[in-house]
Amino acid sequence: MKAAVITFPGSNCDRDLAVGFEKAGAQVVKVWHKETELPAGIDLIAVPGGFSYGDYLRCGAIASRSPVGQAIADFADRGGYVLGICNGFQILTEMGLLPGALMRNAGLKYICKPVALSVASADSAYTESYGLGAQVTFPIAHHDGNYQIDPNGLAELQGEDRVAFRYVENPNGSVDDIAGVLSANRRVLGMMPHPERAIELAQGGADGAALFRALSGIMANA
Amino acid sequence: MKARVHVMLKDGVLDPQGEAVRHALGHLGFSGVEAVRQGKVIELDLAASDKAAAEAEVAQMCDKLLANTVIEKYTVEIV
Repeated sequence: MKAAVITFPGSNCDRDLAVGFEKAGAQVVKVWHKETELPAGIDLIAVPGGFSYGDYLRCGAIASRSPVGQAIADFADRGGYVLGICNGFQILTEMGLLPGALMRNAGLKYICKPVALSVASADSAYTESYGLGAQVTFPIAHHDGNYQIDPNGLAELQGEDRVAFRYVENPNGSVDDIAGVLSANRRVLGMMPHPERAIELAQGGADGAALFRALSGIMANA
Repeated sequence: MKARVHVMLKDGVLDPQGEAVRHALGHLGFSGVEAVRQGKVIELDLAASDKAAAEAEVAQMCDKLLANTVIEKYTVEIV
């Protein structure tokens, strides 16, 4: 499996993401945001967390319109796998690859702590190894993770089983406790919590490793 | 020509920052503030000379970048 990890000015989880994939046996190529084409033969694009472009205008707004943005959108349109974590999730919603928007946390504070999540859909390459209803703990670290979507959009997500993760205790005001959502073809996942910060016990927990192992395994066999 | 863009959260979208400002105003003794909504103002200096064309172009800028129309609405004013 070959994963491309995008780096924007201000990304700070790109290396962690690369390590997550490498430890799971995947090959990783780092792609700078000014590239307009992606390397050949990639199976997945990972959009990392951080503060791309200093969160200017809105979190993820500038990154979503950067040169590499179009290449990411084209890859997703062709049915490619795209994983956006934290700022990456914000970027994917700003690009329109995922519905809804991430707003300021309801409590207005930046929150940085491990949180318990329940796997709300096992019907995706990202979550099937956990199984429906499994509980995992990943760290969150965000100021704007309050997921909001209009009632029709929410009904669509629920009806199509596209909520991938829910918070066990809602930390940020997200509607329906949503922590991560899938695209209609279930190949694009955006989530605020950081599985790449929970891949070995030295980090305080290793629940995230299974996500990278599962992706790597599925794509090695594809 | 200058254009001024006002970006506001859509009606019905909860504005936690506006709510915090409302509370703070209450603590300062300003009673009777029933709601606060916080938005942003963006000013653009344009080379254009045709007002209608400029207005249309700025609206496109809003749709493509300046506003997130999932949660925000905007108005364009040519000044």
